[in-house]
Amino acid sequence: MEMTQQDKLTAKIDELVERHGCHRSALIPILQDFQKQYHTISDLAMQTVADKLGIHPVEVYGVVTFYAFLNENYHGRFVIRLCRTISCDMAGKDAVANQLCNDLGIEFGQTTPDGRFTLEWANCIGMCDQGPAMLVNEQAFTRVTPEKVHDILSACEKAFGPHAPQIEEEHVL
Amino acid sequence: MTIRNDMTLAGVKAGAGLEAAVKMDRASVIGVVRDSGMKGRGGAGFPTGVKWNLAAAAQAEQKFVVCNADEGEPGTFKDRVILSEWPGLVFEGMTIAGYAVGASEGILYLRGEYTYLCQSLEKYLHERREANLLGQNILGKEGFDFDIHIHMGCGAYVCGEETALIESLEGQRGEARNRPPFPVNTGLNGMPTIVNNVETFAWAAAILANGSEWFKKIGTEKSTGPKMLSISGDVDQPGVYEFPMGTPIRDVLAAAGGEDAKAVVIGGASGHCIPASEFSRAISYEDVATGGSVIVFGQDRDMLNAAENFMEFFADESCGQCTPCRIGNVKLLEGIALLKRGKCSTKYLRDLCSLGETMQVASKCGLGQSSPNAFLSIVKHFSHEIMNRTSAVNAIGVSNE
Ligand SMILES: Cc1cc2nc3c(=O)[nH]c(=O)nc-3n(C[C@H](O)[C@H](O)[C@H](O)COP(=O)(O)O)c2cc1C
Ligand code: SF4
Ligand code: FES
Repeated sequence: MEMTQQDKLTAKIDELVERHGCHRSALIPILQDFQKQYHTISDLAMQTVADKLGIHPVEVYGVVTFYAFLNENYHGRFVIRLCRTISCDMAGKDAVANQLCNDLGIEFGQTTPDGRFTLEWANCIGMCDQGPAMLVNEQAFTRVTPEKVHDILSACEKAFGPHAPQIEEEHVL
Repeated sequence: MTIRNDMTLAGVKAGAGLEAAVKMDRASVIGVVRDSGMKGRGGAGFPTGVKWNLAAAAQAEQKFVVCNADEGEPGTFKDRVILSEWPGLVFEGMTIAGYAVGASEGILYLRGEYTYLCQSLEKYLHERREANLLGQNILGKEGFDFDIHIHMGCGAYVCGEETALIESLEGQRGEARNRPPFPVNTGLNGMPTIVNNVETFAWAAAILANGSEWFKKIGTEKSTGPKMLSISGDVDQPGVYEFPMGTPIRDVLAAAGGEDAKAVVIGGASGHCIPASEFSRAISYEDVATGGSVIVFGQDRDMLNAAENFMEFFADESCGQCTPCRIGNVKLLEGIALLKRGKCSTKYLRDLCSLGETMQVASKCGLGQSSPNAFLSIVKHFSHEIMNRTSAVNAIGVSNE
């Protein structure tokens, strides 16, 4: 018998509960791993996790909405987080932000209609000596210039192509 | 090139600290750390030996050692560099702490922004287990069991505050707890827990390796040892530096190529703004205390922009639990917008400053207690710049729009 989307989601959550444990302190690791695959934590996912851990869904909702890296709305395959904090600001983050908006055709806080990219602000990401800095998913890019934006985005784009290479690591130390 | 000068940690022999520690009894290990005079490198500056001693004295079936690698303070990145360059010393320091206080479990709380470090750190942990530097009967010492796992943060600055961090470890929203009770008595899962900064653990390993006298010889009487600083902003060579505690700000700036700065903000967004006239002040717990963030502002920077950037940060990162911080940060930010447009009366500016002082005393945790610091010190030292603007032109003669 073929699995429905809901069955798959439940199976995924079962697997994560198995891996991280069936207790409250496993909640955040479970949600983090779930989101990596689903790019969002839906109401159904929150309900299912809550049932498994024996807590109220509102508890899960409270956690999801608290943390910047947990999202209840859909996020793109690549989440770009540009640092807006002071050192990157002084190093010229506004020009990079502008170019990101131009090249992606979206504003900060939005996801491209094809679901590939989400653009967000980050607070200091610990690359202040090499600003402007940004994260693309888990990778850090430093000394980003408006000219470099295009290269970074096209490296991401390739991930959707037939050869799907990894983006080259660019953070220094 | 992030590391800019000679680093003492680079010369510390890996493994020597732990080997020395297991040859001593637990109280003597704490004694060495206490005699070194080391205070926490995360910012608050609590004496590490005293903290360990409190946790050691607590009676409980389980205790925890937590390494705070949440490094969210704007302008700090030295913990990232330590975890990239000398992760062994950090894990060693945690293991020594586990031995000293009688804990069997260690947790590295790594900020989500540093997920790319996780893989290599897991590899180091694996190697340490293989070498019996973690696990059971460590280094053949009967009954010394300790292991470390990594817990990823999730993008919340307040989780660097130790009680919020513990809430987060327990799977809760990162909302700070009332203190007391302190984590050394009632921490993770209600058990005694020591929370220390990444750099603190690395130095603890170095102190056990080289002795407390070695550490005490560096620095000042009240602020012993070297301190790592993260320097960014308007300098020629931004990066991580090490200086003895007590080094004047002027010397720090000279080393990084930022002598002609008009101000520095030390301690990050929750730190203080120091104008050029006070560059002879020293980096130390008794003068300008810091977790290590040094942000340098050149002559043509608008300090009100800096204040605005900091307040945006706090308005965004406040956990919202208590009113002074939740509302206060937004009010200060609105006030800065008025100042920028040249629309703030002197009386209102005074009201804002007194609101900031109220937040310092009435907020529940360190976030709200320190969030007004930068604003207040910028208003104090740069009032001519802040008030000297009209709706169209800012203080340094640049059009607002
Ligand atoms: C809002 C806030 C954020 C903090 N962030 C950090 C942090 O990222 N890293 C850290 O080591 N300490 C941070 N601290 C300080 C911790 O609460 C705690 O004092 C520290 O981890 C103790 O370690 P230490 O004694 O080794 O410095 C923060 C405190 C506050 C109030
Ligand atoms: S001071 Fe701010 S961060 Fe701390 S508990 Fe209050 S609202 Fe939360
Ligand atoms: S200010 Fe952007 S990384 Fe720290």
